Amino acid sequence: MKNEVKIHEVDPSLNNRRSFLKLSGLTLVSAGLVIAGCSNNDDNDSPMEDTSLPGIRNGVFDLGSGDFGVLTYAYALEQLEADFYTKVVNASNFNTTFNDIERQVLTDLYHHEVIHRDFFKAALSGALPNPSTQLLPSLAFNYGSMNFNSRSEVLATAKALEDTGVAAYNGAGKLIKSPDYLLLAGKIVSVEARHASAIRSLINPNSSDFAGDDIISTSTGLDAAKDPSKILPIAGGFITTKFTAKYLP
Amino acid sequence: MNILKFIETFTDDSLMRSTGSRRDSFNQFGNIGKTLAMASIPFGLSAFANKALAKDITATPATPIGALQFALTLEYLENEFYAMALDSGVIPASENGGRDLKVFQQIAAHESDHVKFLIAGLGGTMSANFVTKPTFDFTVGGAFDPFGDYPTFLALAQAFEDTGVRAYKGQAANLISAPDLLTAALQIHSVEARHASEVRRLRGLKGWISNDERGAGMPSATQAVYNGEGLTMQAGFNTATAFGAAAGSEAYDEPLTTQQVVDIANLFIV
Repeated sequence: MKNEVKIHEVDPSLNNRRSFLKLSGLTLVSAGLVIAGCSNNDDNDSPMEDTSLPGIRNGVFDLGSGDFGVLTYAYALEQLEADFYTKVVNASNFNTTFNDIERQVLTDLYHHEVIHRDFFKAALSGALPNPSTQLLPSLAFNYGSMNFNSRSEVLATAKALEDTGVAAYNGAGKLIKSPDYLLLAGKIVSVEARHASAIRSLINPNSSDFAGDDIISTSTGLDAAKDPSKILPIAGGFITTKFTAKYLP
Repeated sequence: MNILKFIETFTDDSLMRSTGSRRDSFNQFGNIGKTLAMASIPFGLSAFANKALAKDITATPATPIGALQFALTLEYLENEFYAMALDSGVIPASENGGRDLKVFQQIAAHESDHVKFLIAGLGGTMSANFVTKPTFDFTVGGAFDPFGDYPTFLALAQAFEDTGVRAYKGQAANLISAPDLLTAALQIHSVEARHASEVRRLRGLKGWISNDERGAGMPSATQAVYNGEGLTMQAGFNTATAFGAAAGSEAYDEPLTTQQVVDIANLFIV
């Protein structure tokens, strides 16, 4: 299945064009962002084209496929997480919105996600045949009406992002051909899962939410695993730079 | 050169070729250096490592089935550990307003599910690939009292969960040829990581591992679970540059080899 995340700038005053993104219990008003779903519109591509490499196709950056496609996909997600926590820790009331433990957790997550983002940038820059055209550019983000000085909004968004990250890596593992890249993804996904657990625990400490029945199957004990085509419409709600993932499942 | 990898090549070969005991595998080292081998024994309980019991588990083959068998044995261990803890009453119902009991009931339910899931994945109990549950001794011959002393239970729970995360990660390459099994293993792996984070936080630690620190209150005998976690070079990228070594190492969890995990698990198998 070919999928495309199209994000159009829309005048928020057009009340019929507002889109509402529901993320794990959090309703985010992403003003001005509309996501168009899957598209099979790849008829213009040359059949001889190597689709494994990321780069501009038909005027839009496409993530590609195979290991480079998966790593670029991960780079996009890590860019989002890093940007989000950078905004969280730099919010004007960060020191009063959150208690000591919460600030420590959120600051650690900011560090980890920035490291992940910069790691993927470096790794892709080193591995891509022609990074000047094949490296995913720095993306732009929009969090709509989200209030970064609201404890509940920040934690709910963090929970959604971390759970989404875990499901994304879990779903992408089988797409990776290189054992080395698979191991690197494995080194990161368990840290994302540690994050998700901690954030869930901050939201609802006296509970089993750290690995709650809402996310872990009560019959198999398995966490979520989702294909890129299921993840990108969620993450795309925050990403304003248009890109496609036509060659990832 | 990776010393542990070097050791593993010896122990794996000898263990896979025969029903040989660990003493046999140590003899393979000959003059290469027995002290080196002993230094790799986890939990610092080298005296126990010489028990060379016939029931000890051995490294599973580097195949998808081997990885599932290996995972099942680890899940047997975790499942029995939490079931015994809940039965024993060692987890105080009032601890943190009831939080601890809720946490370990949830973890116990997941480990039980994982055992059933992996048995089914191996084709059921009648399958030739099925492996039976070892006999566990979580006191390690009386060295620990996890079902009578809550801090000891918590410490072992942390060690088992952090080991589980590293163990599944170490099996990923063995599952690369079986995409569905790989996905399932990843789906268990992240649950173990969620567990590890919460248990660590119950103990007052961060949910992630800084450098190769086992953390406050952990017996020195658990250090083998954390050795190697301090890595700050990932595919040539220095993760310590931006925010220091602690943050850089926290951002990545490291794998354990099959043999490293087998050595840890065997301490609890009689």
